[in-house]
Amino acid sequence: MASFDVIFLGAGPAGYVGAIRCAQLGLTVGVVEREGLGGTCVLWGCIPAKALLESAAIAHRAREAKAFGVNVGEITTDYGVAMKRSRAVSTQNSKGVEFLFKKGKITWIKGTGTLTGKKTLSVTDEKGAATTHDAKKAIVICTGSRVKGIPAIGLTLDKTSILSSDDVLIAEKAPATMAIVGAGAVGCEFADVFNEFGTKVTLLEALPAILPLEDADVAAELTKSFKKRGIDVVTGAKITGAKVGKGSVTISLAGPEQKELTVEKVLVAAGRAPNIEGIGLEAQGVKLTNRGYIQIDEQMRTSAEGIYAIGDVAGPPMLAHKGEREGVVVAEVIAGKSGHHVNYGNIPNATYCHPEVASVGLTEQQVKEKKVDYKVGRYNFSASGRARTSGQTEGFVKIIRDAKYGEILGAHIIGAHATELIHELVVARENEFTVEEIDLAIHAHPTLSEAIAEAVLDSMGRALNA
Amino acid sequence: MATKVTMEALSPTMEEGRLVKWLKNEGDPVAKGDVLAEVETDKAVMELTARGDGVLRARLAAEGDTRPVGELLAIIGAADENIDALVKKAPAAAVTPSEPSSPPVEVPPVAQTAPAPAVTMPTTTGKAAESSAPPAPGDRAPSGPSGAPAQSPPPAPAAAPAPAAVSGNGGGRARSSPLARRLATERGLDLGQLHGSGPGGRVIRRDIEAAVAASPATTPAAAAAAPVARTAPAAPRTSAAGDFEDVPLTQIRKTIARRLAESNGPIPTFFLTADFDLTSVRELRAQMIALGDEFKVSYNDILLKAIATALSQHHEVNAHWLGDSMRRHHRVHLGMAVAVEDGLITPIIADADTKRISEIARESRELAKRARERKLAPEEYTGATATVSNLGMFGIDEFTAIINPPEVAIFAVGAVGDVPVVVDGAVTVRTRVRITMSCDHRAVDGATGARFMQTLRRLIENPLMLVF
Repeated sequence: MASFDVIFLGAGPAGYVGAIRCAQLGLTVGVVEREGLGGTCVLWGCIPAKALLESAAIAHRAREAKAFGVNVGEITTDYGVAMKRSRAVSTQNSKGVEFLFKKGKITWIKGTGTLTGKKTLSVTDEKGAATTHDAKKAIVICTGSRVKGIPAIGLTLDKTSILSSDDVLIAEKAPATMAIVGAGAVGCEFADVFNEFGTKVTLLEALPAILPLEDADVAAELTKSFKKRGIDVVTGAKITGAKVGKGSVTISLAGPEQKELTVEKVLVAAGRAPNIEGIGLEAQGVKLTNRGYIQIDEQMRTSAEGIYAIGDVAGPPMLAHKGEREGVVVAEVIAGKSGHHVNYGNIPNATYCHPEVASVGLTEQQVKEKKVDYKVGRYNFSASGRARTSGQTEGFVKIIRDAKYGEILGAHIIGAHATELIHELVVARENEFTVEEIDLAIHAHPTLSEAIAEAVLDSMGRALNA
Repeated sequence: MATKVTMEALSPTMEEGRLVKWLKNEGDPVAKGDVLAEVETDKAVMELTARGDGVLRARLAAEGDTRPVGELLAIIGAADENIDALVKKAPAAAVTPSEPSSPPVEVPPVAQTAPAPAVTMPTTTGKAAESSAPPAPGDRAPSGPSGAPAQSPPPAPAAAPAPAAVSGNGGGRARSSPLARRLATERGLDLGQLHGSGPGGRVIRRDIEAAVAASPATTPAAAAAAPVARTAPAAPRTSAAGDFEDVPLTQIRKTIARRLAESNGPIPTFFLTADFDLTSVRELRAQMIALGDEFKVSYNDILLKAIATALSQHHEVNAHWLGDSMRRHHRVHLGMAVAVEDGLITPIIADADTKRISEIARESRELAKRARERKLAPEEYTGATATVSNLGMFGIDEFTAIINPPEVAIFAVGAVGDVPVVVDGAVTVRTRVRITMSCDHRAVDGATGARFMQTLRRLIENPLMLVF
């Protein structure tokens, strides 16, 4: 029996950041976590996936090295080695969170937690021993989400043939052939990884474009790039069924193009389910939205007094940085500070395949639907001096601005380092800078960031280098 | 139990209504569903029905009054019931959109479908807003870049609980985002007067939107009203009682004014251009010159006289836009733009419509001379009811002039010249002038301006009417 001011149920990015912020604000904090610290992001998502993508990028660059005057001999890849490295990076990050917990005097309550009251919960450790803990001020649910299959069309996860991203993150080798179902960020990233590791990849997307949440121009550019590198991209794919055979899976596709597709492995990368079961939510009166997430208000409060929810379990977008911000906000709310609410309209999206894709704000389609008078500015990296020096000239920067006031309605970048470049625009939007302020800020030459300044100028009809 | 009669949201966008006519007198018995009054909304005149039975005990608004939605208009009660408390509480009652005890019966269909914001947003008067503005911390920021202003909860700037560090910044510059500054400039808002909800009390987009939403009907008006105070401080010539009539704005006029100003800056201007045949004017002028030097007048003098005469026949153009009303002047004080060394100034020919052309000629020469010498007294350049600008002497064929608020029209006169025209199927040479009228669309509609131009044509092409 231990007593804390606040108990977080889950140590993912939402929970651990919230815990650290609570500790900074002088609250005593306990965090319930049955696995390692860091959650999906550190253990099964962002971090290990990016480590694998880096391996893929090195393979890709090594194949181009000769043209740069660097001979590296024959290029071979070993997915097992890359996987082990990614696990090591993941563990290192998890240890990093442990260190932060010690520094903040945050207690890690190891085990699985269940609410037993509005201020109490019981935690069962791996040996089955249960302890009770109480939270004087608040309990924060941040149990995250998990991979899911699509049993309705025969894609039930089985860890051998029909895999989740969790499974491929610990696979020893890359298969000869793979179908990836779902071309969101996860699907596109693994398509990139396995393609570089010698797998013949078919990327299947039910919607008319890959990265369906991104701007259509960006999706088209990425499709072009993927196809050039030998990835089969099938959009508008209607999977009618999947048969698991011996060492292979046969997927049936409706539509004129392909009828059947036989592959060694299938990676299901179509959505995640919130972890809402077995926590005792219903008994405490915590209401869910009609899509099955915990319903919260802008102060992260659930329908049950004293119980808050943040991160994936509290609704999309399921992004680590969205959860982290919610963690900060919930900590400040609990500590009685009037913090700024999460600006859900200004959360950047990042996909780390090559070329990278990053965006913030609205797509051109969304702006059109809003019937806003807008202007588009675009700058291709093929015209950028810095992009030419590194031989990475794919992609572009696209800026959508309000025609009258110059407000930056949306920014879309596809190309090398796009996920780093986007933040200039995130900061600009957060501070309500208009295109003029971006233009006035001097951009160093030669950099990829100049492409942003040029795209902004183009939106004003006065690009200098295009 | 008495029933309150309040200004109801009779259309989804209605925020205030003008009581056109009472249909029941105090003391009249009324039954649920009876039509009590006619109310003009932003769209049409609609009926306000009784929501309870009894006697119309008190009417708390006069015909012609404009009241925000939710404000108490009348009380229905038993003949002997004491309603003093209700009558006294009238202002406070303004925030109660409808009496909870009165069942919603016989409501006009539109009222039932009216979205809640239109009913509950107590935004139209300062008083109502102060007593009911929601506390700011609960406000959800519009998350998209263009949240609909009308839908977002708008805390009235003055009423919102202000954190210690508000925009004022100790009398210095108001902290604000670049976007907020642009939006504020466009809407004529003073950043220093706004509550900043951004980091450190910074005024950000949603604060501008809240301020605009808080007074959709009056904001453009305020923007237009400001120049009134600046440019026409004392206008003794125009302000004598009886020299003008103040016309209250109808709801449709208010809506036109607000929508057009949103679309096209504080003064939504449109332009009407027409060619005028000066054949008769030229003949008249030639005859006058032949009479001797004292009769010598310029084309411009005759055109000034014509415009002044036309204005005297179109008070709706000879007007000032005052934001919450329009002032139609019965006297014509014609401003004439004169270029001076570092700018321009518009001296005024007072009562120009009543002056003879020769008087106008003498006065305009005199005024122009003294304007260039900077010897004009303030009353000689304030209080114009309309203005004429002439760039013909620079060889400009046609141009558009910028309205000088609170005036609602300005006339841009181009060069007088001989041009080939088709008369009766044959090309012939005629003396013509092109005049462009800039109209403030809030006050002057296209047809109104066009009718004015018709009158002007009649006068210019039949100049004897000017000397009659």
